[in-house]
Formats: sequence, structure tokens, C-alpha cells
Amino acid sequence: MLGKEKLLEMLYLMVKVRRVEERLTEEFAAGKIPGFIHVGIGQEGVAVGVCSCLKTEDYIFTTHRGHGQAIAKKIDLKRFMAEIYGRKDGFCKGKSGSMHIASKADGVIGSNGIVGGSLPISLGTAYAAKYRGEDRVTVCFFGDGASNQGTFHESLNIAALWNLPVIFCCENNGWAQFTAQKVYMKLENISKRAESYGMAGVTVDGNDVLKVRNEAEKAVARARKGEGPTLLECKTHRWLGHYVGDAQKYRLPEEIKEVRKYDPIVRFEKYLIESKYVGPEYLGTIENKVRSEIDEAVRFAESNPIADVDELYADVYA
Amino acid sequence: MKEIRYIKAIADALDEEMGRDESVFVVGEDVGGPGGAFGGTKGLLEKYGEMRVKDTPISEAAIIGIAIGAAMDGLRPIAEIMFEDFITVCMDQIVNQLAKTRYMFGGMYKMPVVIRTPGGGGLNAGPQHSQSLESWFAHIPGLKVVMPATPYDAKGLLKASIRDDNPVIFIEHKALYALKGEIPEEEYIVPIGKADVKRPGKDVTVVTASKMVHHTLEAAKLLENEGIDVEVIDLRTISPLDKETIFRSVEKTSKLVIAHEAVKSFGIGAEIAAVVCEEMIDCLDAPVLRVGAPFVPVPFNLEKFCLPDTNAVVQAVKKVVGY
Repeated sequence: MLGKEKLLEMLYLMVKVRRVEERLTEEFAAGKIPGFIHVGIGQEGVAVGVCSCLKTEDYIFTTHRGHGQAIAKKIDLKRFMAEIYGRKDGFCKGKSGSMHIASKADGVIGSNGIVGGSLPISLGTAYAAKYRGEDRVTVCFFGDGASNQGTFHESLNIAALWNLPVIFCCENNGWAQFTAQKVYMKLENISKRAESYGMAGVTVDGNDVLKVRNEAEKAVARARKGEGPTLLECKTHRWLGHYVGDAQKYRLPEEIKEVRKYDPIVRFEKYLIESKYVGPEYLGTIENKVRSEIDEAVRFAESNPIADVDELYADVYA
Repeated sequence: MKEIRYIKAIADALDEEMGRDESVFVVGEDVGGPGGAFGGTKGLLEKYGEMRVKDTPISEAAIIGIAIGAAMDGLRPIAEIMFEDFITVCMDQIVNQLAKTRYMFGGMYKMPVVIRTPGGGGLNAGPQHSQSLESWFAHIPGLKVVMPATPYDAKGLLKASIRDDNPVIFIEHKALYALKGEIPEEEYIVPIGKADVKRPGKDVTVVTASKMVHHTLEAAKLLENEGIDVEVIDLRTISPLDKETIFRSVEKTSKLVIAHEAVKSFGIGAEIAAVVCEEMIDCLDAPVLRVGAPFVPVPFNLEKFCLPDTNAVVQAVKKVVGY
């Protein structure tokens, strides 16, 4: 049973992920953030549920839709924001932007703009843990679309074969960019593929953070004990488009409306209130805390300069 | 000094570096029990165990991914891709991941990854087992590309590559594996990024690499009889390119030929010719000529008509001299 403190931290992180992404959407629309932004509003239960089982030194690989995963791993919000703004004190000196935020110290070891690109790399960090006899686990996040890349199949086979301490977390939001799952695969549950590689596989309601945590906890324990990898499929919903500004013409208006019924934050708040962990007024406290953190982070990012042009040539080679 | 084969030089370098540094491991198809498709990792499994000599499924993208992740976490992997042609199935992992990890994450990581792979033709291995793709990798910022021609250079450069904190595409030539050459008994390193003047000469500079070094040396010997003194520069490292050594030679000879086994069009010869024209056109007394394969895949049956040989170098040098 989870303690109250942990539960409230999970709620705080989910709200933080949501509000950060809402803010990014606004700032992007206002022209303050260049490039592309991919938000995962509606998917907060997955990242927070999974990362709540991890230690700082455990590794996660995030995706192009990875803000939530990084925040759930408790990455510093100011440097996170500075990175998205392309500023010099961003985690990657502003060179990565929204799609490639990493902070090794926080265990956000890598992030990928290539769909399915991190799966093979996560084998490497898991292998390194085994090589050194450490109990560190690696979680590789990816989407349902990535499960049709060859790298998915190569990686699952090897992870199972070598009993690697890795959890493959599929955030199944039902959309591979603009294409619905039923259009691109026959299976309903991606976790079913685990069996064919000889590993544990489970599908969980990704909109229920406690259920996600419950399954993730089992997977992490298995990995830490050297009992091998897990394919953890978390079914959730992407409320917005593939990128900020995507008009979603490929999606029925009713479906766009319908998915909001499964709000993982509202559901978790309801649980916490009904179970008398907190009163309704507590939600306001969290919102205030999150808002001031985000304001501070945005201020930091906006006032932080862009790196000097010399930085263009730095770090091509060590 | 002792005489060993090119493939043994590779195996010795791996053995010495694995013995020296516990973070070094090899990963790839058939690298364990079989000791590699060509014998480059022979004996390592028995000596260093299964974690450090890791056989994989036929999953090239995953092999490179494993190397990348392990390097991000502080190990020094050596990935073997059985034929250079097979690298095409892991290009995302090499180009988008390996080459960019350090830069993209703002210098957060060192990427000490070596990818060993045999390239080139000459064994009648057909269109999908005979290519020379070095220019692909040399075109990608973040990668280093090494192509040794002799057992001495193979050993010294592989040791340097393993100790380098950057990704190195280490292209061995499969038709050179049996070549014998002298190496010192004691340890030595051949630095990355330094070309070697394999034969000094004053009339024409021929810049070359890998197996074409031997054809060029043979050509130089033939041309000597005709009174043409060829300087043969073995690049050894394709990227970073040792411009200094090339420029010094061209300053002396004023004539330049570039010879490589890869398809001539868009190859490294084009880059070298362009660099010389851009930076020292006044030194040139003749057009720069390139020797390379025609714009065709390497066929199984007509391979010898496809791959450039000693005669092709002779003809190009004569043309430049006669200009």
C-alpha cells in the first residue's frame, strides 16, 4: 500500500506534467518556442505511474512525446524549459529542443526523435548494469506506432534472451501519428507480442495511475531481481494532435471529445478525495504550487540567452 | 619485429585492449564461439568470458544500439558488423543515434564505440557483400572513419580507435585479411587522423587508402621504370582527413591522383579533389584525376572488370604527368 506522501507526490507530478504541456502549447502558439512541440496531454498516468517505481539512478529513455516522462523522473523544470526554448542553460545547451531532452544525473539518459530509435539503445544501458553487477533498471518508453518498427522486435528478442533488466513501456494512445491502431495492426493488445519473445507482457489501463504503478512495480522488481524484462502496455489517450497545431482532421470530433472522459488526473483526484487522503481544497494548493514553478521556469528560460555561436562547433567530438 | 597476418593484427589489438581495460567488450554476430566470420575475435571468448564477448542474434540495429547504450553508461563497446554492406540495416542507429548522441545532448556523453566491419570486394562475394561505403560515414559529423591497409596500421589504429572517446567506423578490407606484414613485438599505437607516406616521390601524389594502397604501390614500382616518381599517401583515416600531409605532398609534386575502390562518383576522391582545389589551386599543374569503380554494383561474375586495379592507377598517373 502506498503512503499518503507518495500518492500526493504522484498527483503533483501528474498535474505538473499537464500544466507544463498546456503552457508549452500556449507559448508555442504565441511564437515563443521554435520548431515542433509534441504534447501528451491525457497520457500523464503512464509516465507518473511508471516513474514512481524508479530510483533516481534508474534510467529512462523518453520519446518525442516525452515531456511527461522527464518531468515524472523529476528533472529540473527550469533547465527543462530552457532546453525547449533553445537556451544555453538548457540540459543540452539548447541543441536538442523539445524532442531530445536528457539529464543523465536524473536518470533521463536519452530521448529520441526517431520512432523506435531508443529500444536498441535501452538494451545497452541494461546490458551495462548487468555487466557491472548493478541493480539499476532501464525503462524504455515508446508509442504504439514504434511497436511496428524492426527495432522493437530485435530488442524484445534480445532482452528476453539475455534476461536484461529493462522494461519496455508502450504508451498506447491508439494513434501512430495520424493513423489509428486498427488501420496499422491486427492485434488489439500489443503486450501480446511479449509472449512470442519469451517475456512477460501485460496490458493495463494507462488512465489509472495506480494500476499502472502496480504493474510497473512488478516489472521493476522482476528486472531488479534479474528475472528479466517486461513489455508493459499502458492504454491511454492522446487528447490533442500529433503536434501542437495539428488540426486532427483524421479524427472524428466525437472521438476527440469522448477521450476526455478518461482524464487520469480527475480520476486520481477523485480517488484521493473519496479515500479521504485530501479534501477538495487541496487541489488548489497543488495548482498554485505547480503554477508558480512553471512561471519561474518560463521566466528562467525567457531570460536565459541562446548559446554563443561558437557552441555550434562544440561537442561534435569529445 | 614479427610477421603476422592482417586478421591476426586485429585479433591481437582486441586482445591487448580487452586485457588492458575491463570496460572494453565485443558484441556482434558469431563473435563468440566461432571467433567472428573472418576470425577477428578468435580466442577471446575463452579468455574473457561471455559477458565481454557477446554473441547476438542477426539483429544489426540492435547490435549498434547495445553499443550506444553501453557507451552512454561508461563502457567501451566494439561492435562487429559482419559485412560492411549489412551496416545499411543499422543506419538509423549509426547516423541518427551514435553520431549525434554527444552533440545533441550538449556534450553530456562520450561515445567510445568502435564498429568493426569488413568492406571491399575481391572475393567474388557479389553485389551485397562487396561494397565500399566509407564516404557515407565520412559525410556524417560525429563519426570517425578508419581504413587500414597493412597489419601494422590495422593493429595500431584499432588500438587507437578503442581508446578514442568518439565513434569510429573501422573498415577492414576482407581481401587483406590474409596479408602478412611486420609489426613490432612491443606495444604501439597508430594515431587516428594521420596519413602515412607509404612511398616518397617527387612527380605525382597519389592519395589512397585500404587495399588500393597496395595497387598504388605496385603502380609506383611500374612507373618508376618509366622514370615517373610517385608519392603514395595512405590516408589510413578517412575522417578526420589529414589535409596537412596531402597538401605538403601536392606542394611538392603539383600533381594529384586519388585512388579508391569505392564507386568513383560522389566518393572520397571528390572531397579530396575539392579540398585541394579550394585551398591550393595555384599549386596544381594538371587536373586532379580520380581512380574508382564505375557507377555499377559489384557483380559476382565481372568483378575484376569493376574494381579498380594497378593498371587503372598507372593510366591515371600517366595522364596527369602527360598533361
